[in-house]
Amino acid sequence: MSFIKNLQITPIDRVAVEEKVSRLNKRSIKKESKMQALKLALSMVDLTTLEGKDSEGKVQQLCQKAKSPHPSVPDIPSVAAVCVYPSMVRIAKNHLKGSRINVASVATAFPSGMAPLSIRIDDTKFAVDEGADEVDMVITRGAFLEGEYNLVFDEIAAIKEACGDAHLKVILETGELHTYENVRLASDIAMEAGADFIKTSTGKISPAATQPVTLVMLEAIRDYYYKTDKMIGMKPAGGIRTAKQAIQYLVLVKETLGAAWLNKDYFRFGASSLANDLLMQIVKQQTGYYQGLDYFSVS
Amino acid sequence: MSESTIKETTYKPTSPNSKLDFASLWEYAPAPESPAKLKIKNQYQLFIDGKFQKPSKGRYFKSVNPATEEEITEFAEATQKDVDKAVKAARQAFEGEWSSLSPKSRGKYIYRIARMLQERAREFAIAESMDGGKPIRESRDVDIPLVAAHFFYYAGWADKLDFAFPGKKPEPLGVCGQIIPWNFPLLMLAWKIAPALACGNTVVLKPAETTSLTAMMFAELVQDAGLPAGVVNIVTGAGQTGSEIVNHKDIDKIAFTGSTGVGKIIQKSLAGTDKKYTLELGGKGALILFEDAAIDQAVEGIINAIYFNQGHVCCAGSRLLVQENIADKVILKLKDRLETLIVGDPLDKNTDIGAINSKQQFETVNSYLELGVEEGADVYQSKCSIPDSGYFIRPTLFTNVSQSNRIVQEEIFGPALTVQTFRTADEAIEKANNTPFGLAGGVWTDKGSKIFRVGKGLRSGVIWANTYNKFDPTSPFGGYKESGVGREGGLHGLAAYVNLK
Repeated sequence: MSFIKNLQITPIDRVAVEEKVSRLNKRSIKKESKMQALKLALSMVDLTTLEGKDSEGKVQQLCQKAKSPHPSVPDIPSVAAVCVYPSMVRIAKNHLKGSRINVASVATAFPSGMAPLSIRIDDTKFAVDEGADEVDMVITRGAFLEGEYNLVFDEIAAIKEACGDAHLKVILETGELHTYENVRLASDIAMEAGADFIKTSTGKISPAATQPVTLVMLEAIRDYYYKTDKMIGMKPAGGIRTAKQAIQYLVLVKETLGAAWLNKDYFRFGASSLANDLLMQIVKQQTGYYQGLDYFSVS
Repeated sequence: MSESTIKETTYKPTSPNSKLDFASLWEYAPAPESPAKLKIKNQYQLFIDGKFQKPSKGRYFKSVNPATEEEITEFAEATQKDVDKAVKAARQAFEGEWSSLSPKSRGKYIYRIARMLQERAREFAIAESMDGGKPIRESRDVDIPLVAAHFFYYAGWADKLDFAFPGKKPEPLGVCGQIIPWNFPLLMLAWKIAPALACGNTVVLKPAETTSLTAMMFAELVQDAGLPAGVVNIVTGAGQTGSEIVNHKDIDKIAFTGSTGVGKIIQKSLAGTDKKYTLELGGKGALILFEDAAIDQAVEGIINAIYFNQGHVCCAGSRLLVQENIADKVILKLKDRLETLIVGDPLDKNTDIGAINSKQQFETVNSYLELGVEEGADVYQSKCSIPDSGYFIRPTLFTNVSQSNRIVQEEIFGPALTVQTFRTADEAIEKANNTPFGLAGGVWTDKGSKIFRVGKGLRSGVIWANTYNKFDPTSPFGGYKESGVGREGGLHGLAAYVNLK
């Protein structure tokens, strides 16, 4: 692999990135455009449960919620995918049979990635064999921070190969990368190595997804598209809890990459509690009233 | 629409459009700020000696909302007699109550004005956007907060002037005649009035004839604040009124912000008089973009440098000088960014570019766009939709231009950017300095040392690094060469309003 030969550090101006985000946050999204955004955001959610105490029952419940987020209101889209640990993939797959909802599995010794590559490859293969449509891998942050960019590149390429037909989302764990320059570089490496999506975080490290980090990644995707014509997807994950935040993310996507990215094939939210806030706002838009959380099923 | 409006066909993009699609799917619904809370009178009088007074000749002129071409209200036209009355009131106040106040009490009045401006911020912002065409996002987030900040800042100096000029004794000048432009109506008023009052002067101020609304609202505020009569006088009118102020014998200082052409006339009129003056005039700011800069953020800075306030900014960065090897990339990114700028109703919270300030300016900018085409430049405009009525111009980019082109040399004062390339830093500096102006400039690079090296070479009053159009009351502002005389803002701004003994 000769990636390192073409490696370029792209300078990122922290102050200006944050200023741009705060400018875009001032977009005022009202009425029909708000409703459209809420439904769009819901259709992009990867409904996630990644806990040691996950049970078959919980995954089943999550799948049901994914298929039919709020049955009492018509015209509500289902979510994009259900995201679970490899051991829960088969269960999720079974419960989602007949629907168009994907099963995404975290793999590669998630969330730390601290295992030999062979084990991470096996972890990936296991998830795919169990039926995962999408694999969310983590990069080796230690190697990245040491400057071992070739290693990071090769590992991603190896996991991509192990994925076969499954879509690969590469988690950069931006909370551990510290600078926007690192986020940008890791994005470039991941895209060059074969990522279908780049993803901010595992949700296990704070800070998880932030809007400035997402903007930096969207701009990396844009440059890659200018260069190669290939569209790479984006998934901010962790910390996105409110409909308002979700709409702000959609504005970032719309004004950075345009309409082609505004669908679940190219943009996802990794979140667990976001779906219910979106539902609550959709109902509010329809009825004019807020309903209590008790009216929305837990997942 | 006026006849000089350019036909759309002139502006077929000269390079292929981007692959990115910013038009379809998910349009933002209109989100207009409601003007209901703002009460605009049918007619405004002159504010002289603490009272609203009818003009001596009884003449009024209309004020038009540039976004709708509808009349908003009318303002009194001040004649020589009215100006004289205002100057007498200012003189009387200067020699009477205002000078007998302790500096601390003077400061209190200015603080009170600042607080009341904050309380009425929303009304002022809406009025500024309706009267002048600037997007509410800017009047709400930039203009009005800066106005209040300016009064707060200079209020603090009122009782500390002795510390501003160590070893010297600062004394007020007397009556100051102040003439302000239409691009930042209330902000320019603040730049003029706040330091003048802080130093103990009284003022006769004339706002621009197309944007007098917020100045008259400010007059109402001054009255409500209980400022002693005659300390602030506001007379409305056009160039003739301004000339009466400039030539009035009992005025001690002239402060003018506006075009270089008018500035030269003023300077001629003042030659041989004992009036002090400061002039803040035009500009043709250069934006120097080096290959090692953070490109995406630099593009954002360029957008802010030229399309802020429809390009009606004296310090606008209207000439982009981009290092040759990144030029194609930067132009592509700029074009894509133009597509996401929203042009339209100034009161809509999502509007990025509002209306051109007046019919006259609309025609001026359009004639420059025509000139650009005649001069052989490639012209690119965004494809966004614009309203059918009102003075709107799409954000415009000129490539394939050279240093000798008039669109590169002359101030357009509209949303139009010219793009040139350079190879070495020295070449960039030479091109940047090669205009009669010297007001502002910007440098984008990831290297701190380069900022200082290039900054030192630029003959320009203000230089921003990796950003643009950032203002703060503590920072002096003013030009080299034909961009003006003197400084406003900060400690330097005080010096223009005192005699030092």
